[in-house]
Amino acid sequence: MSELATSVTKKRPEFRNINAFTDLPTYRLPIAGIVSILHRISGAIMFILMPFIIWMFDNSISSEISFARFKGAFNVGMLGLPGFIWKLVALALIWAYLHHFIAGLRHLWMDTSHEAVSKEFGKSSAVFTLAVSVGLTLILGAKLFGLY
Amino acid sequence: MSVNYGSKRIVVGAHYGLRDWLGQRITAALMALFTLLVLAQVVFSKGPIGYDKWAGIFSAQWMKVLTFSVIVALLYHVWVGMRDIWMDYIKPVSLRLALQVFTIVWLVGCAGWAIQALWRV
Repeated sequence: MSELATSVTKKRPEFRNINAFTDLPTYRLPIAGIVSILHRISGAIMFILMPFIIWMFDNSISSEISFARFKGAFNVGMLGLPGFIWKLVALALIWAYLHHFIAGLRHLWMDTSHEAVSKEFGKSSAVFTLAVSVGLTLILGAKLFGLY
Repeated sequence: MSVNYGSKRIVVGAHYGLRDWLGQRITAALMALFTLLVLAQVVFSKGPIGYDKWAGIFSAQWMKVLTFSVIVALLYHVWVGMRDIWMDYIKPVSLRLALQVFTIVWLVGCAGWAIQALWRV
């Protein structure tokens, strides 16, 4: 039975003992797979930048003086780095949070609905996740850099 | 207490990841609701947001208690996520254990700092 089914379709490439430098760049990841790996990457970025996140939280709520320091990091710079670098770091965090948030909701949806666990929904919801997270990042980034 | 988990399962006390899987989703839902709550307070406040309005959001005692819960939820959520990453990509046990210990120290330190900052408002 299985022989008959596989004989008509072309034999698909098998990946075993994957080499990160020779196999990964040529492997065509479906869009749901891209969302999945970005979910990990965005989570790891927020983990690494967690002290900066708490620094922002701490300085923005502690006092008027620390609030001015918080704003100054983005307007005049901090630790020898100009303000726009810190804005870029903040923008990376904005993207990471948005992507992680929406991809996470997608997971929760698929966990609670059998209808959502299909090839079609996997693809369409992945496109939605990327479009909304990147779109909102661009809108908020434009605001952050004072374009409007 | 002996529980019959079926003939195919060997009970090793690992809970087969269900507790962490469920915990990660519950903490995610809590953090998502918290995000919407903070966002709503920012969006629906009148005028530009300065120090007073921003700090005012976290000054109420109930908000402090809720934010505290969210920090603890974040701690657990990130621990499960980072542990998954180390388990998937880091194979040498010694390096994996070192990274897991680093993760715990990093997260507990961050949580302590965040909680201290929270009660400074």
